[in-house]
Amino acid sequence: MANLTMVEAIRDALKVEMENNESVILLGEDIGKNGGVFRATDGLIDMFGEERVVDTPLAESGIVGASVGLAINHMRPVAEIQFLGFIYETMDQICAQAARVRFRSAGRFSAPLVIRSPFGGGVRTPELHADSLEALFAHTPGLKVVMPSNPYDAKGLLISAIRDENPVLFLEPMKLYRASREEVPSEAYTVPLHKANIIQSGDEITIVAYGPTVPIATSVANEYLQKGISIEVIDLRTIYPIDFETIIASVEKTGRLIIVHEAVKTGGVGGEIAAHISQHAFFSLRSPITRVTGYDTPYPVASVEDDWLPNVVRLREAIEESLNC
Amino acid sequence: MQILDEINAPYHQIIKSTGEVDDQQLNDLNLSSELLLEMYEWMLKARLLDERLLKMQRQGRIGTFAPYSGQEASQIGSAFALKKSDWMFPSYRDIGSCLVHGMPIEQLVLYLKGFLQGGSPPEDVKVLPVQIIIGGQIPQAAGCAWASKIRKEQDVTISYFGDGATSQGDFHEGLNFASVLQLPVVFFCQNNQWAISVPIEKQMATKTIAQKAIAYDMKNIRVDGNDVLAVYKATLEAVEHARNGGGPTLIEAVTYRIGPHTTADDPKKYREQTEVTQWVDEKEPLIRYKKFLQNQGLLTEESEQQLRQKLELEISTEIEKAEKIVAEPLATSFDHVYDQPHANLLEQKIEVEKRTAEGR
Repeated sequence: MANLTMVEAIRDALKVEMENNESVILLGEDIGKNGGVFRATDGLIDMFGEERVVDTPLAESGIVGASVGLAINHMRPVAEIQFLGFIYETMDQICAQAARVRFRSAGRFSAPLVIRSPFGGGVRTPELHADSLEALFAHTPGLKVVMPSNPYDAKGLLISAIRDENPVLFLEPMKLYRASREEVPSEAYTVPLHKANIIQSGDEITIVAYGPTVPIATSVANEYLQKGISIEVIDLRTIYPIDFETIIASVEKTGRLIIVHEAVKTGGVGGEIAAHISQHAFFSLRSPITRVTGYDTPYPVASVEDDWLPNVVRLREAIEESLNC
Repeated sequence: MQILDEINAPYHQIIKSTGEVDDQQLNDLNLSSELLLEMYEWMLKARLLDERLLKMQRQGRIGTFAPYSGQEASQIGSAFALKKSDWMFPSYRDIGSCLVHGMPIEQLVLYLKGFLQGGSPPEDVKVLPVQIIIGGQIPQAAGCAWASKIRKEQDVTISYFGDGATSQGDFHEGLNFASVLQLPVVFFCQNNQWAISVPIEKQMATKTIAQKAIAYDMKNIRVDGNDVLAVYKATLEAVEHARNGGGPTLIEAVTYRIGPHTTADDPKKYREQTEVTQWVDEKEPLIRYKKFLQNQGLLTEESEQQLRQKLELEISTEIEKAEKIVAEPLATSFDHVYDQPHANLLEQKIEVEKRTAEGR
């Protein structure tokens, strides 16, 4: 066991999987000597050499395109896209190529690669560094989308992602990289993909959150617990495929649902969850499903981002509205 | 600009368009009569298949199809330089290369019929499904070659694409990766002069495609793409260079697309028929190679006729086989999205199976 931050846990996952499987290689911009802009790969080049921790040319489509070829030819590439906003450069290689290798070849070939990328608001980044783009990939059959909210899950989910037989986007909320420490086992372990985590059990309302909004949800839930109102908080962990079973079971118990994500509202994951729950748990609902999300603008400039992001105030309002309905 | 002049000099050629051969180069190649004839057989098979597929498309038996007539020397000559264990990343127009590398005709027909099983070659055939997105396969080929290099395997990867692809970012990113990492990959560009309706002079300001390799300090060869022996020689040189750890090569095979881009366009709208006639009259790859074989005493009109009949029969048999196969139902598609379908996908699959069973 070691007391690790999320970014340290991610580095630890990469390290143990590289020890376990020599097909695992890391590639990306500045991940070698520099150890990644957030130090997620710090020191790994010294442990595994520059053949397995590769500083690539500055070319996102090249990075993912090469990863597709590596994966087809039986390697396990873990690519880093320096910030999620840069991933537009390689949308074809992710959505039209990696996602469809298995499908187009009727299972003859596959591209089990992992793309890690930091994202998320509240850290005063320049433009196109903070955007939450998970819905773009959740809308692409063939991909899995995973997002941890704490160090323990980060290590276990990343190991699962590397071992998975499908392409996985592993999205890392940069605000949580060093937000907390917790005990993380030193050895390899997995946290299953496709399985949401009930962080806090409750009876009166369900909040579904993932990644950077999980701490907001838990903090508000704790406030309400003091007032005698118990809120169930579900950390989705895997954004796609969504674990609807867990959400349905929760809503059947609580009758109320709020979804909180940083991504813009329209076409977001929250809408998909709302539609699914309306269909499958309609008669359990005691109030309309609501979403607390980023607004439908491009991610704003740093001076106003706090007003744009979902926060405890907006979540409280949504809870009051739901409870008073 | 001396280097440029060298690259952009008239391309490498072994057989002139008259069928006359450069004896020195022919001797150096040291090819048996059987192999020389075998190349013709594949070129003819590819041509006859192309003609047949075009007819089938007109009859509604296959979907949209990208004819490759005129490019047989490039496709057959290059694929002949590969070992069975080498990887191939083709584009949609590279059917000739796919055939030589082991893709059954039946399989190709299934693909063109829009059957799910069409993208899945036999286990020992290392040919990826044909690429639709222009240039998308180029960085992938680099990655595939990278895996071979990491494991110290001897496999080489070849990536096929056209002149239009050299304008794409993926072309430049793929070549740069291959060059920086010194990967065992051959980038084989068939410059067939037209990207749908856009001619090469609107595609690029450079004199040749081969010269683009200079920017990556990469070995390059500019070859007459309608001369099957010259293409074979150039590709063999590139493949051996890669296999021996020399890194990547960019080959520009200068050729011509005699037919339309696909069965969905009419080239009369954008190019002069005189241009087509001129290419066919002066440089057609099969006519030229046939003259050469006749001059060598390896082929007669009679033996060619027999070969033609044999190939027509083989093609018919394969097409008949393909046409007897029943399309996999939609439900099967759900099995290939992930290694295991997730809960929602399974639910949808069951719905589809039910609809199929009930005929609605």
